[in-house]
Amino acid sequence: MKKVLIVLDGNDIAPRFDLSLELLIVSLGKGGKPARKRDLVLARPSVEELCRVVSAENAHTVICGGIEKEYLQYLEWKNVEVIHSVIGPAEVALRRFRKGSLKSRDILLKERKA
Amino acid sequence: MRYLSRSLQMQDLSINLVAVLDEMPIGVCLVSKERRIVLMNRALEAMTGFLRADCTGLPCSHILRLNHCFDNCPVKRMEGGQRCVLEGDIINQDNQKLPVRMTFAPLIDGTGRISGYIETLEDLRQVSNFDLARINPFSLGRLIGRSPQMGKIFQSLPVIAQSEMPVLITGQIGTGKYLVAEAIHHASSRAKNPFVIFRCGALPEFLVESELFGVEKGGFAGADNKPGKFRLAQNGTLYITEIGDLTPSLQAKLLNWLDEKIIYPLGSSKSFHADVRIIAGTTRDLSQMAKEATFRNELYFRLNAVSLHLPPLKERVEDLRLLVDHFLHASASLLNKKITGFSDPCLKRLLEYDYPGNILELRHIVEYAVSLSQAERIELGDLPAYLTENLPCLDAKSPNSPSPRESDALSADRGFDWSTIERKMIIDALMKAKGRRSEAAQLLGWGRSTLWRKMRHYGITCESVQVNEKSSHCA
Repeated sequence: MKKVLIVLDGNDIAPRFDLSLELLIVSLGKGGKPARKRDLVLARPSVEELCRVVSAENAHTVICGGIEKEYLQYLEWKNVEVIHSVIGPAEVALRRFRKGSLKSRDILLKERKA
Repeated sequence: MRYLSRSLQMQDLSINLVAVLDEMPIGVCLVSKERRIVLMNRALEAMTGFLRADCTGLPCSHILRLNHCFDNCPVKRMEGGQRCVLEGDIINQDNQKLPVRMTFAPLIDGTGRISGYIETLEDLRQVSNFDLARINPFSLGRLIGRSPQMGKIFQSLPVIAQSEMPVLITGQIGTGKYLVAEAIHHASSRAKNPFVIFRCGALPEFLVESELFGVEKGGFAGADNKPGKFRLAQNGTLYITEIGDLTPSLQAKLLNWLDEKIIYPLGSSKSFHADVRIIAGTTRDLSQMAKEATFRNELYFRLNAVSLHLPPLKERVEDLRLLVDHFLHASASLLNKKITGFSDPCLKRLLEYDYPGNILELRHIVEYAVSLSQAERIELGDLPAYLTENLPCLDAKSPNSPSPRESDALSADRGFDWSTIERKMIIDALMKAKGRRSEAAQLLGWGRSTLWRKMRHYGITCESVQVNEKSSHCA
């Protein structure tokens, strides 16, 4: 089962990884369908805590906005795929990820308007 | 733009507004009342890495990513119409965290109502570099030295910085070419504009072209809009490393830009004027390459008009002690260790060694020793093993200093170049850490990803490092 962790700011992907307080953890089942969705709220923004959660959850992929190089390299070192600098609603990003077409620096906000 | 003209009542000015903002040396953006981007200038494109065409209409917090956007939005705070100035940081598309000073001010229309906001961003990296330069009398920017060779370079840098000519910096690996380029930029009139670095050697040819000159969506199969380093360095300085690795076709394109200052991004028929100062660095002997016709003569002559050669560390005997102490204090303070100095045999070895990897090697050796040392003084045993074993050394007493290329070839002939040393350092650290990569990275004073990348580069696996079988796992 693949686990995807999306850092949230309301319904959108949080613009900054280090300052986000909310996470959406999605477990993808057979055929890539979401089998389980969980929200996790941190007491305070902490990038170390976020990295710890990513490790503890054994997440395969992190979808986020801006992330500092140091933490990007750390997560990649941990064999976590990081799709970063994504702008837009988490739902749209997840849909695209399941189709295999989400990539770093994608701007998805216009899709919501349409 | 239509929105801007209507809401800000600038019909007459709107045509030139973009051009005016593009000439400003600091990042500027205009946002609507709903805090969505209406317009941003080229300096802000360079700072954030976003193209204005891509982000028009998007919330400014998603583009600027200022830390204050998330706990106390300055624009919301300003609804009473007060201008505010804040210092904070942004994270750009290149995953860099930049310190910035931001100013927010409301735009008031003819009826006295707020019709939008203007936000300016000033990159504070130059300010901190300037402070660093002031506290050390033997330094310029992040360059350190008191040898006559470095004295000459320190004297010539401010003069070179004031000119607009291209600069060629030559020198062996690890001699500080990047720091010289950075110092020239910070001492120049372009200091408030971007300093952009482009590494030629790391990319295949078609990517070099798109990364350097930019590409328009569809320029080649699967290509997205990319501004290119020239656009990102607009009004600033572009430092191209390993210029000798540029292919002949790209050399021609660069030469063409030097003549006309016009860039055509890949797949685009629209050109733009790139006001950029170029600094090129190389470890190769470009004059020899020009003779062999592997580097264009015209380009070599243009670049070589102002050139600086950085001497290898073994020719800067006077600087060695200064640099050893500098790296010791920097590493000890970073790792929070109370190390006061080196034991006599250790210092003797450090001062005797030839440093084929130059300052880069010296820095890594000191960082490694500081990480390993448990005492107040660094002992001989804390140095990497290759320094304390009987390894062949380069001849430091040669009166004629070899050119970078000759020196590299010489090192390679003796099987003792920087790559060999770095590989040995990694293996030593892995053996000392019994195969634990995180511990080895700590010993080397590197991040774990740096160690991982370098291990992959040198083809080192934990299995290839012969450690005790029981402890040969990679953490």
